[in-house]
Amino acid sequence: MPAVATYALRLGDDALVLAQRLGGWIARAPQLEEDVALGNIALDLLGQARALLTYAGEVEGLGRTEDDLAYLRDERDFLNLQIVERPNEDFGVTIARQLFFSTWQLAVHQRLAGSSDPLIAGVAGKAVKEVDYHRDHATQWVLRLGDGTEESHRRMQAGLERMWPYVGEMFVTDDLERDLVADGVAVDVTTLREEWDTYVGQVLDDATLVRPEDGWTPPPGGRQGMHTEALGFLLAEMQHLHRSHPGASW
Amino acid sequence: MVSAPTDERETSALETARSAAAAVLDPEVPVLTIEDLGVLRAVAVEHGPDGPTVTVTVTPTYSGCPAMEVIERDVADAVRAAGFEQVRVRRVLSPAWTTDWMTEAGRRKLADYGIAPPSARDGAALLQISVRCPQCGSPDTRELSRFGSTACKSMWQCVACREPFDHFKAH
Repeated sequence: MPAVATYALRLGDDALVLAQRLGGWIARAPQLEEDVALGNIALDLLGQARALLTYAGEVEGLGRTEDDLAYLRDERDFLNLQIVERPNEDFGVTIARQLFFSTWQLAVHQRLAGSSDPLIAGVAGKAVKEVDYHRDHATQWVLRLGDGTEESHRRMQAGLERMWPYVGEMFVTDDLERDLVADGVAVDVTTLREEWDTYVGQVLDDATLVRPEDGWTPPPGGRQGMHTEALGFLLAEMQHLHRSHPGASW
Repeated sequence: MVSAPTDERETSALETARSAAAAVLDPEVPVLTIEDLGVLRAVAVEHGPDGPTVTVTVTPTYSGCPAMEVIERDVADAVRAAGFEQVRVRRVLSPAWTTDWMTEAGRRKLADYGIAPPSARDGAALLQISVRCPQCGSPDTRELSRFGSTACKSMWQCVACREPFDHFKAH
């Protein structure tokens, strides 16, 4: 697969897998408005994923469509970051992931809006506005829960601790991305950490929460298809209908 | 005086195709046309040996807007119904759609329909003073949820008349 296609797939898989995860909150969120909010965020991500997967298939040139890529690849072929595949657990854990991931995703898309690849630049230019809103949604909840009751504070802090081990991988690059950065296609994620730390640090301070200690981290490798056990279960649910009834539509 | 009948015919074909495409309604906010919304970006007619081919360019509001496929189908149907056999609908992402492209007529139709229209954006900054209640006109309103029934709306309530209403978010 050409490097640009792999890169589009990486970004597309982040959005696709997180969209699927967030969909799991529908009818289970703590408020009706949150069902709607997380459903809307998932929809934005799904739209980004569709454009990127379609493009990856076109650049690859083997005739694979967005559906082929979403439904007919196995776990080891998915190139998303591990943070997006982690289980939702409770609302505090989900919101911690939303804060960490959307802060990263916004920084990435702000730069990709100027990518030398017109399709990636187009997707990113739209995504910036959407993800800015997602980050704001996460921020409002972190403030409300962190600076809320004793119980909400405890659970929000626990959510941060739970997701923290998966933060490091967002800032790891590899040869494929380094080459694309040189061509002006990709963003160098290693340069984004300081900006991320500043934003997240300010939100945590305002929310009376504590930045988790760096400790155990899983071996990174989502970008190479190495995943946690959670992704296989997610894909089984997401792909089963399409695989059981190939070509079904309504 | 020398007339230019071919040019005139071509101009009138473009006008016909354009008005057909422009009249297509948004399926989720069915008082707005895709022209009111700023979703319709361009209409072009190419005259070839097999007759005219119409290319309609549209752009999605939000990346995941599920109305897009319906809109594209409706546009193709409308242009065909206006007498063009060859129709292409092209989707572009850039420049990214903004509510600043919504027409004045569109804003009025939205308010009449009970949806508070979006505020104007000035570059990245949002010039929002207050959202007026589309029922009683009071500026004394509050946001209930930043997300609503479609990607483009948020949920509000009027403090004065107590009515809940949708607000088309500035984007």
